[in-house]
Amino acid sequence: MAVTEQEILAGLGKIINEITGIPASEVTLEKSFVDDLDIDSLSMVEIAVAAQDEFGSEIPDDQLKHLKTVKDVVNFIQN
Amino acid sequence: MSTDRVRVVVTGLGATTPLGGDVASTWSALLDGRSGIRPLTEEWVDSVPAKFAGRVAVEPGEVIPKPEARRLDRAEQFALIAAREAWRDAGAPEVEPTRLGVVVGSGIGGITTILDAYDTFKTKGWNRLSPFTVPMLMPNGAAGWIGIEIGAKGGVHATVSACATGAEAIGYGIDMIRSGRVDVVVAGGTEAAIHPLNIASFSAMRAMSTRNDEPQRASRPFDKGRDGFVLGEGAGLVVLESEEHARARGAKVYAVAAGVGYSADAHHIAQPEPSGAGVQLAMRRVLENAGLTGADIRHVNAHATSTPAGDVVETIAIKEAIGAHPLVTATKSMTGHLLGGAGGIESIFTILALTERLVPATINVDDLDDGIEVDIVRADPRKLPDGPIAAVNNSFGFGGHNVAVAFTTV
Repeated sequence: MAVTEQEILAGLGKIINEITGIPASEVTLEKSFVDDLDIDSLSMVEIAVAAQDEFGSEIPDDQLKHLKTVKDVVNFIQN
Repeated sequence: MSTDRVRVVVTGLGATTPLGGDVASTWSALLDGRSGIRPLTEEWVDSVPAKFAGRVAVEPGEVIPKPEARRLDRAEQFALIAAREAWRDAGAPEVEPTRLGVVVGSGIGGITTILDAYDTFKTKGWNRLSPFTVPMLMPNGAAGWIGIEIGAKGGVHATVSACATGAEAIGYGIDMIRSGRVDVVVAGGTEAAIHPLNIASFSAMRAMSTRNDEPQRASRPFDKGRDGFVLGEGAGLVVLESEEHARARGAKVYAVAAGVGYSADAHHIAQPEPSGAGVQLAMRRVLENAGLTGADIRHVNAHATSTPAGDVVETIAIKEAIGAHPLVTATKSMTGHLLGGAGGIESIFTILALTERLVPATINVDDLDDGIEVDIVRADPRKLPDGPIAAVNNSFGFGGHNVAVAFTTV
């Protein structure tokens, strides 16, 4: 059963909130992790591992560095 | 009581201890003679011979938001809580960043992080480790986090000298300001080492009290029936400042951080040198460094850990190096032994004893050990005299480190 974009976004918002304290409502598709949400590379690793657990799709390190925005991660998980 | 050097003063205090989540509640409990020692309730307690400790009175999770707490070792959490209190207490001074420093150490560092991370590694693999594992386990982590928070660019350092760590950090902070490198330093020690492996390891040295039927009576420095130290946890940090900088901004000044004396035993890795020569040298050096005489010192917060080996030797050394007249107390009787945090909180207690002119009593001294010829404060707090007076905090550590820090009234 495919997960919708909205479901992934909600799940991602929850994970980011737990790891960084940023309100889930601020985690929207167009946001850049570094420029808009001020998330450092170490926290990105935590987020990626938690997202793998949540959605079952592994994000390899060489892919992770190309995922700049929330939408990039959502699209990666969807595909 | 003066030197021609830059005078260093204390303008802020911060602590989280087994007696309270801040300086005021801790100090009040000390004056009441309360013990912060409690039975341990963790499931592992049956595996260790010492089944009690001094857990912090306020869990750091109640103070630090979860997203921040998850990237900090428990020792770093304590240090940040104490640093924030000390910095607020000092009036959050505006300091040119390159003139601001940090010296905060820990005896053992992020030991619970190391052990938990190793469990995770063995059971779940490397990619399940927190990416913050290294900055959590490194003993300079607390200093680094505090430096980031207050923007200290003048130098961030971490001393490591076992149970002398906190006092050595304060001494190093005094020297940083005297050398002219910086104007303000946040300095002290932190420790979070209540873990079965640590208790088992100290027990393997036969260093810990096993008075399991009376935990609050177990830490009893100077008492004939003492049978070892009691592990505590927490942090104590001070804000040190050049007097010129503090006066210019109209800061409240607690005391003068008058000097520090260091020595080393070069005798045994864990046992105190039986003549007390090294401990005496540290105290003689602090007098010289601070421009004080033994007669100026009216109070000593002793290192006295409640182990059979060290307490009496320290009192003899105090008598030899300073005299028999100071009011001597061992606050570890109430807080337990915070290891690297001890010199931090005990310096704060020494400073408050001067400002309040009141020395907290050592609890649990029912039967004073033979050979103690200094004036141990027992039963009730005792008044210090009016006028300009000085006090010394002693801290000694495994490895043979001896540190004495002197403070004087303003």
